[in-house]
Amino acid sequence: MVWLRKITGMLATLLLVSMLTFFVLYLIPGDPALLILGTEADEQALDLVRSQLGLDRPLVSQFAGWLGGVIQGDFGESITFSRGYSVASLIANALPVTIPLALMAMVLSMLVAIPLGILLASRQGGRLDTIVLTLSQAGLSVPAFWLGILMIQYFAVDLGWFPAGDMPRWSSNPSGALVSLVLPSMVLALPRAAILIRIVRTAMLETLGEDYIRTARGKGVREFAVHTRHALKNAMISISTIAGIQLVQLLAGTVIVEQVFSLPGLGRLMLSAVLMRDLPLVQGTVFIGAALIFLVNFFLDIFYTILDPRIRGVGQNG
Amino acid sequence: MVKLKLWASLILVGAMLLMTMVGLFYTPHPANVMDIEHRLEGPSAQFLLGTDNYGRDVFSRIMVGGRPAFQAGMIAVLLGFVSGTILGALAGYYRGWLEEIIMRLADGLYSMPAILMALLAATLLGPGQASILLAVSLANVPIFIRLTRSIFISLREREYVLAARALGVKERQIIFRHILPNGLSTILVQASVSFAAAILAEASLSYLGLGTQPPDASWGRMLKEAQAFAGSAPWTTVFPGLAIALTVLGFNSLGDSLRDYLDPKF
Repeated sequence: MVWLRKITGMLATLLLVSMLTFFVLYLIPGDPALLILGTEADEQALDLVRSQLGLDRPLVSQFAGWLGGVIQGDFGESITFSRGYSVASLIANALPVTIPLALMAMVLSMLVAIPLGILLASRQGGRLDTIVLTLSQAGLSVPAFWLGILMIQYFAVDLGWFPAGDMPRWSSNPSGALVSLVLPSMVLALPRAAILIRIVRTAMLETLGEDYIRTARGKGVREFAVHTRHALKNAMISISTIAGIQLVQLLAGTVIVEQVFSLPGLGRLMLSAVLMRDLPLVQGTVFIGAALIFLVNFFLDIFYTILDPRIRGVGQNG
Repeated sequence: MVKLKLWASLILVGAMLLMTMVGLFYTPHPANVMDIEHRLEGPSAQFLLGTDNYGRDVFSRIMVGGRPAFQAGMIAVLLGFVSGTILGALAGYYRGWLEEIIMRLADGLYSMPAILMALLAATLLGPGQASILLAVSLANVPIFIRLTRSIFISLREREYVLAARALGVKERQIIFRHILPNGLSTILVQASVSFAAAILAEASLSYLGLGTQPPDASWGRMLKEAQAFAGSAPWTTVFPGLAIALTVLGFNSLGDSLRDYLDPKF
């Protein structure tokens, strides 16, 4: 029951976002038919394109038509990309870039932040603690795209360790594709890791002060096990809450990082759609972007319940 | 130590603000005038931080480019602060249906990722500073609503509030004269952090080409235009980025040290 309500809630929000997108885009001055054919087209041709795009129908019926298409996986056709490119196929080509990028950055930031945060908590106030906290403050302030530009110059152009742009397709060159995602995911991970270190540190300090930790120490559990097996498990609840929020921000961050590294992902597609005023493409990419973010939030909700049984809703056993 | 950090961040923020304000009236070279003879020259006495690919003085453009950044920070924080604080105070003080409505609104705004909001605003209004201001301000409102509400919920049952109510003090006075001043330090810390975030957002969005349009300068836009010359003319990418990083660092650590200074608990 609880899940059913969450799923309907998610779908309702998604519907709201897509409606909002649709109507906001409708307000834009300018005629898409003119955009496609150019200003010299004659009135008859314009009318033909308008009826092809369904622009002569009332707004609500246009939205219904669009939504009906979306349910069947049809987002319409892009205006600017050469004819025959459907919005759905453009998005399908972009997702294999954006999703691995976001996941790699997520894993990377956790791999750095969790061990380091635990270490800092055990040495609160020490020299290492101060240095890393200062560094994390700096890491939060450096704009990702600037770091990206500098890293491309140093690691890709000067040292030649990584390719500078032009990501190969996964199907033709999977290792090459993976390598070209290394630098972008590092740039994406840095600000996330900078925040996460602080969160892990604070959460660990809080749990380490609890009674059951003293008990564990009292019965002779080794210090390493106290930190990892006893404290970390409970600290993970607040850590994963923040990590979830981070994952959402990370998806947003891909827009910028993909632009810096010219990766053909969803964010770049969205941006070029906006800059070229390709309305069907804007609609489709914003819809998929929002859907991705809601989906992440939904799975995080499930994950929290597994992690912390106290959150489980009323009406469920246990 | 805490005081030192507070002063250091105040000086950093003050210096960047001063540079930007001077840039409103005076720059060593005209910021937008191209001078092909001097293109991509390194830092020298004539051009302190070198010139870009059109021969424009990088230092002058950094001075001018601070304007959209500080503008985004001020407007976003002011709008977020004023509307968010009022709505959050109402929600936290009166609770009930009013709180329900306000918090649904805040949740709705909060669930819309800021970058999507910025992209939609740019599609609607066209790329430019206006759409950035709209998106960054909207993103700030729910943050202040949530914060102020939680402060009011924790303070509304305190003895001094009950005492004021028993004495017949008007509700508006209780909200703004009795409760709000006690939560102001927390809100002030958030304002400082939000200012940093807004400057970073403005830089990122204008890097994407959604903000300040050529030939005008903004720090993000300068980096976008200089990216191709990162190798041959590093000063064109290093200095504008440094300007962003220092300003954001200043406001972030200002928030950090304000928290330490105003609230010794941490």
